[in-house]
Amino acid sequence: MKAVCWQGTNKVGVETVPDPKIINPRDAIVKITSTAICGSDLHLYDGFNPTMQPGDILGHEFMGEVVDRGSAVKNVEIGDRVVVPFTISCGGCFFCQRDLWSLCDNSNPNAWMAEKLMGHSPSGLFGYSQLTGGYAGGQAEYARVPFADVGLFKIPPELPDEQVLFFTDIFPTGYMAAENCHIQPGDTVAIWGCGPVGQFAIRSAFLLGAERVIAIDRVPERLAMAKAGKAEVLNYEEVEVGEALKEMTGGIGPDSVIDAVGMEAHGMGLAGIYDKVKQAVRLETDRPHVLRQAIVACRKGGTVSVPGVYTGFVDKMPMGAFMNKGLTMKTGQTHVHKYLPKLLEYVQRGEIDPAFVITHHLPLEQAPHAYEIFKHKQDNCIKVVLKPGQAAE
Amino acid sequence: MNQSIKVQKTVTINRAPQELYRCWRNFENLPQFTKHLKSVKVYNDHRSHWITSGVVDRSIEWDADIVEDRENELIRWATVEGGDVSHSGLIEFRPTPNDRGTVVRAVLEYDSPAGAIGDTIAKLFGEAPEQQLGDDLSRFKMLMEAGEIATTEGQPHGAQ
Ligand SMILES: NC(=O)c1ccc[n+]([C@@H]2O[C@H](COP(=O)([O-])OP(=O)(O)OC[C@H]3O[C@@H](n4cnc5c(N)ncnc54)[C@H](O)[C@@H]3O)[C@@H](O)[C@H]2O)c1
Ligand SMILES: [Zn+2]
Ligand SMILES: [Zn+2]
Repeated sequence: MKAVCWQGTNKVGVETVPDPKIINPRDAIVKITSTAICGSDLHLYDGFNPTMQPGDILGHEFMGEVVDRGSAVKNVEIGDRVVVPFTISCGGCFFCQRDLWSLCDNSNPNAWMAEKLMGHSPSGLFGYSQLTGGYAGGQAEYARVPFADVGLFKIPPELPDEQVLFFTDIFPTGYMAAENCHIQPGDTVAIWGCGPVGQFAIRSAFLLGAERVIAIDRVPERLAMAKAGKAEVLNYEEVEVGEALKEMTGGIGPDSVIDAVGMEAHGMGLAGIYDKVKQAVRLETDRPHVLRQAIVACRKGGTVSVPGVYTGFVDKMPMGAFMNKGLTMKTGQTHVHKYLPKLLEYVQRGEIDPAFVITHHLPLEQAPHAYEIFKHKQDNCIKVVLKPGQAAE
Repeated sequence: MNQSIKVQKTVTINRAPQELYRCWRNFENLPQFTKHLKSVKVYNDHRSHWITSGVVDRSIEWDADIVEDRENELIRWATVEGGDVSHSGLIEFRPTPNDRGTVVRAVLEYDSPAGAIGDTIAKLFGEAPEQQLGDDLSRFKMLMEAGEIATTEGQPHGAQ
């Protein structure tokens, strides 16, 4: 089959590799009809994860049709149309049973690696480095799905791929980010990053009852999309964000703040240069520019919600502000399985159409080009859907 | 030089002690989740024959006896005297006071003479022995909680 492989920093290629096979009784094989590129993939593309190996198959946002299943998979039939959560979860451990699916104890065969770095291992993830299991990803024609009896979510035939593909990651991720804010009537939520995750966080915050959402980015078409989602917007290159947020909230600050940017935040001023240099010499692995700004901007007693991905160490955390303002932080990879039934209902009721975020449909073969335009925000690219089997132009 | 290795590791498994004890009590199940064991053959209620596998070509074999057996609580075993290897092990199952299942504690000890066998033992278990035991227990946990052991062996990849 054809698969998008990581070949080194800033280099992906579409290679011909063997088709995946059933390995364990709870596996299924899915023939992929749609697969997307995520902001998380850019962290790998940019070379920020030292446990990537050349030849690793990328991709964790994919859906398709069941074409084979192991002996223990009884809940889906061959031919069923399914979406696949990006988190791999066993369903039987302490964490899965408490709906904390991304913390599954039993899905990362390389748990020892993560334990060295973090004390404990999160769940395995598709296409996301050796650190989270080294599982082959879904930017490919086929993928093997472990624990398929809990990891496949059936989709009603009337809903097209475009409306359900993002159940795999970014819709539940934006939703969980907003849910973690414990939004009360009248609340204002500030969201850094108007990439796909930020876009879904904006819409989810309104679905969960926010009065106002203020979204922050610098890319005009992303700010425009945020505005279309009823957010007020700030361009961080044009205003001093902390000051602007204070002015817009009567001096109080937003009730909760969401970092939907993560470890490659673009920094302004001296602190930004400082982080770039330290990251370059590997003294610091992550650039927490947004996190710092969000903590300082948040109102006293408020919540800092962090869907943005960090993998290692950050520097100069404003711990004093965090402590003395009595803030709460909520974070994590998304517990995708938990949210799927609820999100499907939102879509079926017509309260949201997740396809709004798609700017590009491209054949799988054009993945290298897709990574480039997504990374550099060229051609107004916000979200790319790759189509396996579609002829390249 | 005499080589001696002793390691202990604890893991919590979301299953009842009875179920875990039952699986472990049949030593023939051990190679499923224990990386350095090729096979175990159970002769009778107390004696079994163990064969190692792993990073080295040479495998080592020994006979072991169950020396203490408390149903659903603890199993202790040790090699039969006179063999090349002196090994003993203990696995203990304690229900958690809350609803989290069972705390499983394993202790392994290897004492081997100087020379080739001692070197092989050292090679098998010598590098990060705690981590090896921890990984074995993690796989035991996977088997009991998830019914299978997570793996990527045999999956496709591109040019490396
Ligand atoms: N927690 C999870 O489970 C989960 C799931 C998916 C994605 N993520 C993470 O969420 C983050 C966003 O993902 P995405 O797909 O939207 O990525 P993206 O790269 O498309 O979007 C990031 C956006 O942040 C903006 N940005 C950069 N610096 C900024 C700054 N200083 N202030 C404000 N905005 C800034 C960029 O212009 C860009 O629009 C990534 O870190 C990704 O890894 C987490
Ligand atoms: Zn993603
Ligand atoms: Zn689990």
